[in-house]
Amino acid sequence: MLKIADKVFNSRLFTGTGKFSSAELMENALLASGSELVTVALKRVDLKDGDDDILRHLDYPQMNLLPNTSGVRNAKEAVFAAQMAREALETNWIKLEIHPDPKYLMPDAIETLKATQELAKLGFIVLPYIHADPVLCKHLEDAGTSAVMPLGSPIGSNKGLKTIDFLEIIISQSNVPVIVDAGIGSPSDAAKAMEIGADAVLVNTAIAVSSDPVRMAEAFKMAVIAGRMAFEAKLGSVNSFAVSSSPLTSFLDD
Amino acid sequence: MTDNFNTLFETYSWTQTSESIYAKTAQDVERALGSSKRTLEDFKALISPAAAPYLEQMAQLSRQITLKRFGKVIQLYVPLYLSNECNNICTYCGFSYDNKVRRKTLSPIEIMQEVAVLKKMGYDHVLLVTGEANQSVHTAYFKDVLKLLRPHFAHISMEVQPLDQEDYEELIPLGLNTVLVYQETYHREDYKKHHPKGKKSNFEYRLETPDRLGRAGVHKMGLGVLIGLEDWRTDSFFTALHLNYLEKKYWKSKYSLSFPRLRPFSGGLEPKVEMSDKELVQLICAYRLFNEEVELSISTRESTVFRDHIINLGITSMSAGSKTNPGGYAVEPESLEQFEISDERSTAEIVTMLKGRGYEAVWKDWDQSLINPH
Repeated sequence: MLKIADKVFNSRLFTGTGKFSSAELMENALLASGSELVTVALKRVDLKDGDDDILRHLDYPQMNLLPNTSGVRNAKEAVFAAQMAREALETNWIKLEIHPDPKYLMPDAIETLKATQELAKLGFIVLPYIHADPVLCKHLEDAGTSAVMPLGSPIGSNKGLKTIDFLEIIISQSNVPVIVDAGIGSPSDAAKAMEIGADAVLVNTAIAVSSDPVRMAEAFKMAVIAGRMAFEAKLGSVNSFAVSSSPLTSFLDD
Repeated sequence: MTDNFNTLFETYSWTQTSESIYAKTAQDVERALGSSKRTLEDFKALISPAAAPYLEQMAQLSRQITLKRFGKVIQLYVPLYLSNECNNICTYCGFSYDNKVRRKTLSPIEIMQEVAVLKKMGYDHVLLVTGEANQSVHTAYFKDVLKLLRPHFAHISMEVQPLDQEDYEELIPLGLNTVLVYQETYHREDYKKHHPKGKKSNFEYRLETPDRLGRAGVHKMGLGVLIGLEDWRTDSFFTALHLNYLEKKYWKSKYSLSFPRLRPFSGGLEPKVEMSDKELVQLICAYRLFNEEVELSISTRESTVFRDHIINLGITSMSAGSKTNPGGYAVEPESLEQFEISDERSTAEIVTMLKGRGYEAVWKDWDQSLINPH
């Protein structure tokens, strides 16, 4: 079972709440996904009036909210936004997203590290969205992060695991859960991430934008379970060489 | 690196640019369609007459790309006209100085009466619009308005006269998120003809406004030309060139594009250049194929039928229930309007229409707490 900070998760599929054609459809898709950690953009929810349309559709005991700081451009703004989220949504969990570049939404490693240090000190459970940068992951561990969320490919691109070589390094040396975030375009991408040992994946666009988000959510749910089972059962190794019929080293046995 | 767009702009000739657009062939269009990262030359092909037979393919691609990036949502905003006072003469605008009609600038009390109506409609994103009357509608006025509105709107945009960098630097921390400043036309000589008097007659000052906004660190800026003044293809190419330049230089800002077609107003001129609905669809799709991330916005200038269909093809935000005169929502419904709107449906009707077409209306996509931490 997956544990992040003090919380145990039965589902390793985390989900996002953007891009759905209606709040009802989002609710049904997220229920079908079995997801227990659901991220919401602070900028999209109305923290003032207490009857926000998105939040109203996420009101289930198993759905833990993970507010995200999308829209902030530096550590200072991120820390402020996290504090707003903690106050309004009564959770100290925060998905730290600092992308000063609004075109490709590339995470800012320097500001993310700074904000993680500060937020961890303030008692937040920090889940930072980052490049698949193994050294940064180690720095974040030292800063007190509760997990790392490296990207598979550019956010919203559906391009799959373009960063797989770096994800494998991160997974092999991480002391905190590794959640592959961004770019997962199909259930097979999600299964692949789980097969290489990711602790969880976060999926939004591929579910929200499909023609049938509820069925697609279910497909992702099964793919994540299958991928995890395969990882735990240990995949056989892939042979990229032939086993020769007249071995070069057979003379050693003579 | 160039210091401002004008330096780059100077290296282009209107005539040569125009000729090269009209010289594009079906082969150029097909190459542009097949490419995964499209260049300015590809954009020229996509807006050229040669692309007309490929409109359906362009629309399909545009829809796919837009869905992937923006999802099944349309952002809604509403204009709030604060003033129709104006010292400029613009041949195409109802607020033009030589249009001898009584002028009005809303007082704080009047603004709040208007705001009450907009809040009841559900809006959280407001676009403030004025003419250019520097003696009464100036930076100090805008500062007061922002202080007044900030508690009521998550997202405040402005479409007013171009200001100095220092002015923007004062306004942004007060909650100003987005500034729209349309060049109207990139044809220097024609620009002078359409803006014979007032501060707006300074082509270069207007052209360099996005640079000043970028240096001031604005979160989003909107570009565009007024379609009908000059050849729309050439003007749109320069818009794309401008966008390309700005994105690379001010990479922390977001961008949006509009493509307003000239609308009738009291005492106005007929458009010099007509753009058909087909051509506008071609332009919208071309913009999307050229730039997957830019926001594309459509106002109530366009007809009901056109707006209903265009949301599937690349548009990401729209206004609704709009009035284009100061006090139009509550205070003085009959005051001078900037132009006649075409889609007169209520905001509620637009939301229902969006839902019927599989899109959710998004009211809020920004939070005042994301800027200027105290």
